[in-house]
Amino acid sequence: MADNSKSWDGYSIKKKLDVPEGLWCRCPGCEEMIFNRTLEENLQVCPECNYHFRISARKRIEILCDEQSFEEMLGNYSPLDPLKFSDLKTYKSRLKEQQKKTGQTDAAVVGKGYVKGRPLILAVLDPEFMMGSMGSVVGEKIAVAAETAQEAELPLVIVSSSGGARMQEGVLSLSQMAKTSAAIARLNQSGGLYISILADPTTGGVAASFALLGDIIIAEPGALIGFAGARTIWHTIKVELPEGFQKAEFLLEHGFIDMITPRNELRSEIARLIDYCGK
Amino acid sequence: MANNINQGAESTIIKSNNNDWLDFEKTLAELSNQIVELQNLQKAKGIDYSPEIRQLRNNLVKLTTKIYDNLSAWETVQVARHPKRPLLQDYLKIIVQDFRELHGDRCFGDDRAMVTGIGRIGREKVLIVGHNKGRSTEEKVACHFGCAHPEGYRKALLKMKLAEKFQLPIICLIDTPGAYPGIGAEERGQAQAIANNLMEMSLLRTPIVCVVIGEGGSGGALGIGVGDRLAIMQNAYYSVITPEGCAAILWKTGEQAAQAAEALKLTAKHLLKFNVADQIIPEPLGGAHRNHHDAAHNLEMYLVNTLRDLRRCKMDNLLENRYRKLRRIGQYSNNGSNKAASAKTRISGLAGNLSESAPETPVRKKPIAH
Ligand SMILES: [Zn+2]
Repeated sequence: MADNSKSWDGYSIKKKLDVPEGLWCRCPGCEEMIFNRTLEENLQVCPECNYHFRISARKRIEILCDEQSFEEMLGNYSPLDPLKFSDLKTYKSRLKEQQKKTGQTDAAVVGKGYVKGRPLILAVLDPEFMMGSMGSVVGEKIAVAAETAQEAELPLVIVSSSGGARMQEGVLSLSQMAKTSAAIARLNQSGGLYISILADPTTGGVAASFALLGDIIIAEPGALIGFAGARTIWHTIKVELPEGFQKAEFLLEHGFIDMITPRNELRSEIARLIDYCGK
Repeated sequence: MANNINQGAESTIIKSNNNDWLDFEKTLAELSNQIVELQNLQKAKGIDYSPEIRQLRNNLVKLTTKIYDNLSAWETVQVARHPKRPLLQDYLKIIVQDFRELHGDRCFGDDRAMVTGIGRIGREKVLIVGHNKGRSTEEKVACHFGCAHPEGYRKALLKMKLAEKFQLPIICLIDTPGAYPGIGAEERGQAQAIANNLMEMSLLRTPIVCVVIGEGGSGGALGIGVGDRLAIMQNAYYSVITPEGCAAILWKTGEQAAQAAEALKLTAKHLLKFNVADQIIPEPLGGAHRNHHDAAHNLEMYLVNTLRDLRRCKMDNLLENRYRKLRRIGQYSNNGSNKAASAKTRISGLAGNLSESAPETPVRKKPIAH
């Protein structure tokens, strides 16, 4: 739903820059050439300017969880095409293409894992799969993750990285916003801890549902977070957006997130928060 | 309740002599003009044309029925946006007695795009929450064409909590192209305001009935659209994104809006099929704009009956059903096998690269009683 750059092609922004291929890549933050291995060792964060590259759900889990500790749930959930949606391409063919590209069935991975020895339920959106957009599968997985956290009395950690609701599943996608928020509401009511981590980008229907409902909300530096995309705002009100608009730092300044935490400190931060607020 | 619904009041379309014909209504406009001409001729010349007029009227009704029974998605969107379509203010006037508006979010301001207030529908005292689009240009500008800001969603929630406290059922009338996209809205947390409404509405301990009366645009509609029932007026639409927005992103040109509307399956019939809506509220022949009173009457019948049903339900059951209803929506497959992610995928960690400031020992605390 959200469209945040002029080169928006429906699914990815700055895709070529964000998915490093070959030996070197150019950092979109500082324009420097970075050795891919250096980037890899630095958790896909630019050592020069701290630009946080987007990372896949698998990579995120690898970075967050204790070694060998993640057990996936609902791994066999896969999308259908209830609307028989077709624009310039059919939704079916887009899905196939994305599944082949990412090796994932859809844009979320959920399961149980450990962070510094602390058990938790983890859900991660995958920005590489149709821009992490939320359709029925993502909605269902998030809802089940929240319910599982509640039943098992474990903390819930969700890492969002998504352009919003998935247009190709129409009003069913929209309804996932209500579904996931209602599941979080129940977890909240039962006294469970929910830590929401916002990675670049967290916009549209994902921002306007579970992502901004965390007991504690953490953003990665520079992450784009907001409701309406810059292009939508431009089209509607024809106003030039201020520098840094909708960045994590903007959200912190306006009081909508608790903290900005660089990628290499997320594990420690999660562990600390669980020690203070978990049960 | 079907008996009480005005479905095809034949006089409706003929009575209306407005010039707001939509593009797909050209043939109706011509017929209507012929009728008016004959009537004028009859008056001027004193000749009796009543058989011809009767015939034309019959044709007009038949043709209108045919066209409106087969509206395309894009045509439906146009009817939903018709300049004379009844708005919140019209329904308030016709079906709500003793309406008293309650203003302000106690925090930032009073968003004119969102109206909240108390009043009676039938015998039931209720809280009404609805998008306000405005009729005159002045009004439209004041309420941003029905696009609410965060303070609108926060006002709605504040009043809904008031309703919960005093056991008033809540009626949400949805009619918005979407939540307002702008700098102020983002600065004041549009996403957070909507998210919070979704979460809180799912738990409010009072019946909530939502009806899409015109445009059900995206998160802006859903922000007051979580409840025990969701109905949609026959020619309203409800969608994840406006057809224009969808076309701009997927077709890269807003001109494909008609195609996008079709692809999005946003009409009442589809919503019923997808179990998103529970019921379609019929509109008078030729759309609600042809007869506000009949449209309002149908809406009132629906509300009165639904409120009566929900009143019978115990609060805990009501909330459980509300949750189950939301929980069920969505279509996916869970029997396929996935090569990339088998049921148990283990991934090696990269923990060595991370800063390690928190204690390494797992902390297992006793569950807190609650
Ligand atoms: Zn850099």
